[in-house]
Amino acid sequence: MRDVAVIGVGLTKFGELWDVSFRQLMAEAGARAIEDAGIDGKQIDAMYVGNMSSGQFIRQEHISSIVADHAGLVPIPSTRVEGACASGGLALRQAVIAVASGIHDIVVAGGIEKMTDVLTGQATGALATAADQEWEVFVGATFPGLYALMARRHMYEFGTTEEQMAMVAVKNHHNACFNTCAQYKTEITVEDVLKSPPVTSPIKLLDCSPITDGAACVILAPAEKARKFTDTPIMVAGTGQASDTISLHGRSSFTSLRATIEAARTAYKRAGVKPDDIDLVEVHDCFTIAEIMAIEDLGFCRKGEGGKVTEQGETAIGGRIPVNTSGGLKGKGHPVGATGIAQAVEIVQQLRGEAGKRQSDGAEVGLTHNVGGSGGTAVVHVLRRGD
Amino acid sequence: MDVGVVGYGVYIPKYRIRVEEIAKVWGDDPESVKRGLLIEEKSVPAPDEDTATIAVEAARNAVKQTGIDPHDIGAIYVGSESHPYAVKPTATIVAEAIEATPDLTAADYEFACKAGTVGIQTCMGGVEAGMIKYGMAIGSDTAQGAPGDALEYTAAAGGCAFIVGRNGSNTLAAIEDTYSYTTDTPDFWRREMRSYPKHGGRFTGKPAYFKHVLAAANGLLRKLQLTTQDFAYVVFHQPNGKFPLLAAKELGFSKEQVAPGLLVPKIGNTYSGSTMIGLAAVLDQAKPEERILAVSYGSGAGSDAFSIVVRDGIEGKRDAAPKVLDYVGQRVIIDYATYAKFRKLLVK
Repeated sequence: MRDVAVIGVGLTKFGELWDVSFRQLMAEAGARAIEDAGIDGKQIDAMYVGNMSSGQFIRQEHISSIVADHAGLVPIPSTRVEGACASGGLALRQAVIAVASGIHDIVVAGGIEKMTDVLTGQATGALATAADQEWEVFVGATFPGLYALMARRHMYEFGTTEEQMAMVAVKNHHNACFNTCAQYKTEITVEDVLKSPPVTSPIKLLDCSPITDGAACVILAPAEKARKFTDTPIMVAGTGQASDTISLHGRSSFTSLRATIEAARTAYKRAGVKPDDIDLVEVHDCFTIAEIMAIEDLGFCRKGEGGKVTEQGETAIGGRIPVNTSGGLKGKGHPVGATGIAQAVEIVQQLRGEAGKRQSDGAEVGLTHNVGGSGGTAVVHVLRRGD
Repeated sequence: MDVGVVGYGVYIPKYRIRVEEIAKVWGDDPESVKRGLLIEEKSVPAPDEDTATIAVEAARNAVKQTGIDPHDIGAIYVGSESHPYAVKPTATIVAEAIEATPDLTAADYEFACKAGTVGIQTCMGGVEAGMIKYGMAIGSDTAQGAPGDALEYTAAAGGCAFIVGRNGSNTLAAIEDTYSYTTDTPDFWRREMRSYPKHGGRFTGKPAYFKHVLAAANGLLRKLQLTTQDFAYVVFHQPNGKFPLLAAKELGFSKEQVAPGLLVPKIGNTYSGSTMIGLAAVLDQAKPEERILAVSYGSGAGSDAFSIVVRDGIEGKRDAAPKVLDYVGQRVIIDYATYAKFRKLLVK
C-alpha cells in the first residue's frame, strides 16, 4: 500500500444557486482543484464522484459519464459513489484506495449535489429515501424526526439542553461568516435558534442544516510524487468506514452512532494517532445534536459531555478542539453528495494555513467525519501535514 | 412618445381579514408573518364581487374622472389571472357597463400580475398609431391563495383602470416611455382547471421578482438617460411589503419615495391591480412636473417599467372620483369563517 497525498482542492460557492447547473458546478469545482494542484487534465487517471440523488433532484442518473465528459476527461474511468449524505466521504475513500493500491496515480475525488431545482417538499422526500423506507419513512418518520428522537434521548440520559444544541448552530454560523463559499454568512444568537419555528421538537429550524447546491473536489497523488506538484502536500494518514443498521430501532443506543465509532477506530489506527493528537475536525452536523454526538463518538470528550464542551467554547476556533471551522453543514450548507469532499477541502486549507480569518493556528493533524442517513454509514479520514 | 394618462380609477372591496385571524387558524406566529411579509391585513371580495365587477367599478371611476364620452374609447383590455370565464371576455362586460359598445375592440389579457400594465402598453401603441382615440387598460383580480399557503396572507382583491390618450389639454400625466424585460422563468403558475397557484418558494425572489423588476427599471433609466435622482416617486409590483422596499433600496430610492404607492400592508396583493393601484395612489397626491417610475412584475416572468410626468391638468380632475385612500379607509373586518364563506371555501 502506498501513502496518499492531497495535492489540490477546489470548492464552489454553496447556496441556492438558481442559475448554475449541475454540470457547471462540477466543472467549476474540478477546474479550481486542477488549478490548485497545478496539473494538466491529461495527467488525471481516474475519478470518483460522490452524489446522493441526482435522479430525484435533477432526473439524471449515470452522472459518472456526464462528469467525465463535461470535465473533458473521457475516456478515463469515472465512477459514481453513493452512500446517502456520506457519498462524498465514500468517494474520497475509494479514490484513496485506488491510489494506495497502485492501480492509479492521479485520481480526482469529487462530490456534488444540485438540490434546489425541486420544491422543498420534493427535496425533503428525496433525502428521506436515505432512511428505512419500509420501517421508518412509510410510518411517517423524517430525518428531523429521527434526529429528534436521538436528541430527546441524549437530553434524557445526559441532561443535554436545547440551549447547548443552539450553541452549535451559533458557532457554526459564526465560522461560516469567514468562509466566502458558505451559504449563510450571518451571525445568529441562541435566542434566534430557540425562537425559530419548531420542526420536530426539540429540533427547530435553526438546528437544521439547509438544502444547498454545491460541488467540491480534491486531487490525490501517491505521496512519493506529491512534492512534484506542491510544497505543502497533505497526507491522507488514515481512512475508515463502517456501517450500522439503516433504521434507528435496530440499534442498542440512540445517543451514539456505532458506525462513527468504528470508522474512527479504523482511521485512528491506520494513522497511528489518538483523538488527543487531532488539532481540528469537520464533523457531520446535519442537525445540531449530530455535532454533539459526533465529538463524543470521535473521542474528543466523554460520552454525554458534547453539549457541555460546546457551551464552554472548547469547539470554537481557538478552543481546545475547533469543530467545523468551515461553518459545517449548518453554516456552510449541505449539498449532500459534496459534503464529505468539502470537509476534506476545509481541513486541507487549514493544514496548509490558507484558511484566512477562520484559520486555526498551528494545525498539523485534522479529521473529517461524514455520515449517511441517521448513521447507517460513516466514513472518517485523518489528514496530516506532509512536511 | 406623445401619449398620456387621461384618467384613472380604482376599486377595492371593503372587507378585510387580518394576519392574526389567518395565523390563528393555521397555527402560525402572526408576528413573524407580519415581520416577514410586512403585511397587516388584506382585502376580501364580497360574495357578489368578482374580477368583472371590480373592473367595472374601477372603469366607471376612471370615466367619471375624465368626463370623456365612453364611446370615444376605442379599445378595452382587462388584465387578470382570475377572469370569471375561461372563455368569454371580461372586457366586453366592462365595455357594456360603461356604455362604450359597440364601436371598439376588446380583449382579456393574462400575464400573472402584470397583465394590466401590458394593457397600458397596448393602448399606448394604439393611440400612437392613430388607431384609437382613447384606450382603457384595467388590472383587476380576486387573487387565489390556497388555504394554509403563505399566499393566503396576501392574495387580495382590487382593480384599477387607466385611460390613455394623446397628450393634450385633458392629460393628467404624460407617459414618457416604457420598457419591458421578459424571460421564461417559472416562479409561480396555475395550470388549467386548478383552483390555486403554485410557486417556487424563495425562487420567486431573487431570480424572478428582483431580476426582472430591477432589469426593467434600469433598462428604462438607460433608455431615457435618467437617474433615480430625476424621480420623485417610485412604484413597484407589491406581492408583499418587503420586496418593493428591497427593490427601491437596490436602485437607490428612499423609503419616502416608495411609501405613497406602497399599499400592500393595508390591502394585500391585488395581483393585476397591484402596481396600477400603487401608481393611482401616487397620482392622487403628486404635484405637477413630478416624475414617477412605475414597474410592474408578472410571474413567468416579466416587468414593464413606465416613466410618467404629472401635468397641471391633474389638480382639477383627480377629486372627481373616489381616491385610493378613500377605499383603503373604507373597511369592515371579517373573521376566518366569514372569509371562508365569501371565498367559497365553505359551500352550503
